[in-house]
Amino acid sequence: MVAEESVLDTCRRRGVSRRQFMEFCGAMAATLALPKGYTQTIANALGQKRKPVLVWLEFQDCAGNTEAMLRSTHPTVEEIVLETLSWEYHETIMAGYGKHAEAALKRVVDEEKGKYLVVVEGSIPTADDGVYCTIGGRTALDIAREVCSGAAVNIAVGSCAWDGGIPKAGPNPTGALGLHEAVPGIKVVNLPGCPHNPTNTAAVLVHYLTFGVLPALDGYDRPLFAYGQLIHDQCERRAHYDAGRYVQAWGDEGHRKGWCLFKMGCKGPEANYNCPTVRFNDSTSWPVKAGHGCIACASPRFWDTKSPFYERLPHPAGFGVDVTAGEIGWTVVAGVAAATAAHAVGHVVRDHFHPGDDEPPVKEAEKTTTEVH
Amino acid sequence: MARVVIDPVTRIEGHLRIETEVNGGRVTDAWSSGTMFRGIELILRGRDPREAWIWAQRICGVCTTVHALASVRAVENALGIEIPDNARLVRNIIAGSQNVHDHVVHFYHLHALDWVDVTLALKADPAKTSQLAMSISEWPKSSTTYFKGVQDRVKALVASRQLSLFSSGDWGHPAYQLPPEANLLAVAHYIEALDMQRDFIRIHAVLGGKNPHLQTYLVGGMSTAIDGNEPEAVINPERITLFNELAARAKTFVQQVYVPDVLAIAGFYKEWFGYGEGLGNFMAYGDFPSGSINDPSDYFFPRGILMGRDLSKVHPVDPGQVSEYVTHSWYEYSVGDQTSRHPAEGETKPKYSGPKPPFQQLDTDAKYSWLKSPRYDDKPMEVGPLARTLIAYASGDAQVQKTVNAVLAKLNAPPAALYSTLGRIAARAIEADILIEKLPEWIAQLDDNMAHGDIRIHNGEKWDPESWPKSCAGFGLEEAPRGSLGHWVEIENKKIVNYQAIVPSTWNAGPRDAHGQRGAYEAALINTPIADPERPLEVLRTVHSFDPCLACAVHVIDGKGRSYGRDVVAAPEPEGSMSLPQVPAAQFVAVMQGGK
Repeated sequence: MVAEESVLDTCRRRGVSRRQFMEFCGAMAATLALPKGYTQTIANALGQKRKPVLVWLEFQDCAGNTEAMLRSTHPTVEEIVLETLSWEYHETIMAGYGKHAEAALKRVVDEEKGKYLVVVEGSIPTADDGVYCTIGGRTALDIAREVCSGAAVNIAVGSCAWDGGIPKAGPNPTGALGLHEAVPGIKVVNLPGCPHNPTNTAAVLVHYLTFGVLPALDGYDRPLFAYGQLIHDQCERRAHYDAGRYVQAWGDEGHRKGWCLFKMGCKGPEANYNCPTVRFNDSTSWPVKAGHGCIACASPRFWDTKSPFYERLPHPAGFGVDVTAGEIGWTVVAGVAAATAAHAVGHVVRDHFHPGDDEPPVKEAEKTTTEVH
Repeated sequence: MARVVIDPVTRIEGHLRIETEVNGGRVTDAWSSGTMFRGIELILRGRDPREAWIWAQRICGVCTTVHALASVRAVENALGIEIPDNARLVRNIIAGSQNVHDHVVHFYHLHALDWVDVTLALKADPAKTSQLAMSISEWPKSSTTYFKGVQDRVKALVASRQLSLFSSGDWGHPAYQLPPEANLLAVAHYIEALDMQRDFIRIHAVLGGKNPHLQTYLVGGMSTAIDGNEPEAVINPERITLFNELAARAKTFVQQVYVPDVLAIAGFYKEWFGYGEGLGNFMAYGDFPSGSINDPSDYFFPRGILMGRDLSKVHPVDPGQVSEYVTHSWYEYSVGDQTSRHPAEGETKPKYSGPKPPFQQLDTDAKYSWLKSPRYDDKPMEVGPLARTLIAYASGDAQVQKTVNAVLAKLNAPPAALYSTLGRIAARAIEADILIEKLPEWIAQLDDNMAHGDIRIHNGEKWDPESWPKSCAGFGLEEAPRGSLGHWVEIENKKIVNYQAIVPSTWNAGPRDAHGQRGAYEAALINTPIADPERPLEVLRTVHSFDPCLACAVHVIDGKGRSYGRDVVAAPEPEGSMSLPQVPAAQFVAVMQGGK
């Protein structure tokens, strides 16, 4: 028998040098916006022997978050991080099926109570006694109540698990709810997005395994490191916005030169997420880089609140579009007509940051690690 | 006689339940049930048709991008928009690479564990595994040391007693027949395929912003600005080089790993050319236009229908012949549940009448699924890679005929062997091989257009809704990885009033109709051998050979709706009743039947 081994041992055995391993830990620390010294802390934590157990539940989902997880990058090393965990239930990719699959889940709930991690993907239908989603003859709601309430922590990935996502969009035919609404009182961290960015999810897992607590969260229980800033403020096209260079029509000169997509309906000025810096698929791209506006897929009830997606964001009438994103966000959250934005003073206002409309105050709970930010 | 239930069917997209009757070691009857419902088409009503694709894409994240494409095609059809050649090419590249990617992921990560016993890899001799690998392929990762490394990794996993995703497998099941070396080879390639799919799909990241859920479609074209002289253009010479590199690496993998593995594993399971035969009726809408979408005769994948395994006659497709039953589905028709309805005249009143959860068994004599039962000319059809391959073969496609004949020769199997569980798996590999050969051609055409100054990517003539007629309707057809996909849309006063999707897995996974005709899964499961009713692994083999996607498969037709969006969200008024009015859409009927 081979002795139980740590992630670092696994890395070594698989030809990953200690230096590469430390580089990975450094990258994770950077994603989490931790100071440099935390690289070693992460490395120490991942050197622990026992693999925590994780189960991944899918309810009213499209498996897009599962697929995103499969695309998780830094392949060799991130894969090891997943091997850090014993990933014992995940319908889309697990070996077992039917009764064996259900037995695997039951074992975790019974034997790992209070210790296991749960990832939830998809909303939970509550209308008509939950008949709109059953697994093994049980309703999603029944399963979520049992499994999530026994977990050390629940990670809601994607917008559906967070706030009901697209199934909850009007008229919400199935009474779909996000996890925290369907099963109140459990410990949840939300990683919305359609889909989630697996780099952020990996970072949350690493943070939790390293420090034993979740990273600092905002009022929606989203980690600040990923949702603490407006897309607009991190956007590579921001300089064009500030200079008043806009795409006016798809395929025009500005579009080909990578100018600002604000007039094409981009919701970046109202959206908190780290797409521009983390990007997707081995940091290859993100929607704005690919020439399309942001749809604010990590914002509350975005399907209803951010659509129509091609409609330009409201702005003070008569003052052109060249105002700051923060102002626009502020305008919307205040629920006043754009034209009444009193502080629009008739000239271009820049460098005047307000939080986005989806930005409630940081919660006091779970702030254990705030000081490291 | 025993009722054997699999729920959840895992390693698929979505929530599927299969119930079978097992008699004397054989499946004698089967029922397929979709157990999740969202109602996305309902949610689409009242929205801006230009963004329907953003919503519709969320029907599925495994078949990501395919619903987006069908949706923009439907709206473009309704508004009479022709897209620029560059947009056609970008869409072909995205759809073609999706198809290849999906087939690779399906074979290794969703299907292989039905045939490969991971724990048997421990008994393999790495040197013999190396010999086996070298005997079937040029793929360079084939040394004894390499396979020893993979084996050590599996050993450590087993020794840890925490087998992660593999903890619940049916290891040691008598139906596993591969020698240990083939198991080790397959485990190595399972891991390599994870790397491959991650790498290859970067082509979607460039052309779609991300995968899954690409974000670059536009009604009228694509948002991927193209300009040979602009560093910030989404498509420029540097990106063309990247596409070519990604496609070349994927081609090597498909041809040196995926196809040889399929042939090698099939060689150990030849009796599965005799199981899973199914309906024998096949349909494909065809796809990958060479010019206008309105000219199906020019598609790279041909359109057609085969009936009763007769390859001598390819029938034309008439969308007016499509209808749906709800006899065994949890919906009601006002005209009674014994009658099928053309989707354009359809109505959907969800009404769950199954057992109250938690339950052990469905009443399969009554209604038992959230899927409807689509029929063509009142007959059930199989759609998917096997249908496409057979239709191309019967249509005289030289490349398909050559590839199919080569595969059959290699396996020493007659053409009739294709009507089977293994036939579906082989067809998928054949298709991946054909598409990965085609991909560089589309990339080269894009490059050529750009070099000659053609930088049109979007036709904006109808972008402004003010330019639209008061009402119009259209449809978009497509070949998604899992088969024939259609979206139908009706637009009135610049908003969607009707939206309908008929999806591959509904064709394949749907329940019985009023005549008692089984759906494709149900028919294919008949006569499957079952070694141990407690562990019905063999059922999974045939069900997985269709590559089920259940999130896609459950759909409803929509009634007239009101507008949603920014203006109404402050005071949401969810409707209390899910009962929908019958669709009053003579125009929609006309569209469904091929007109405008």
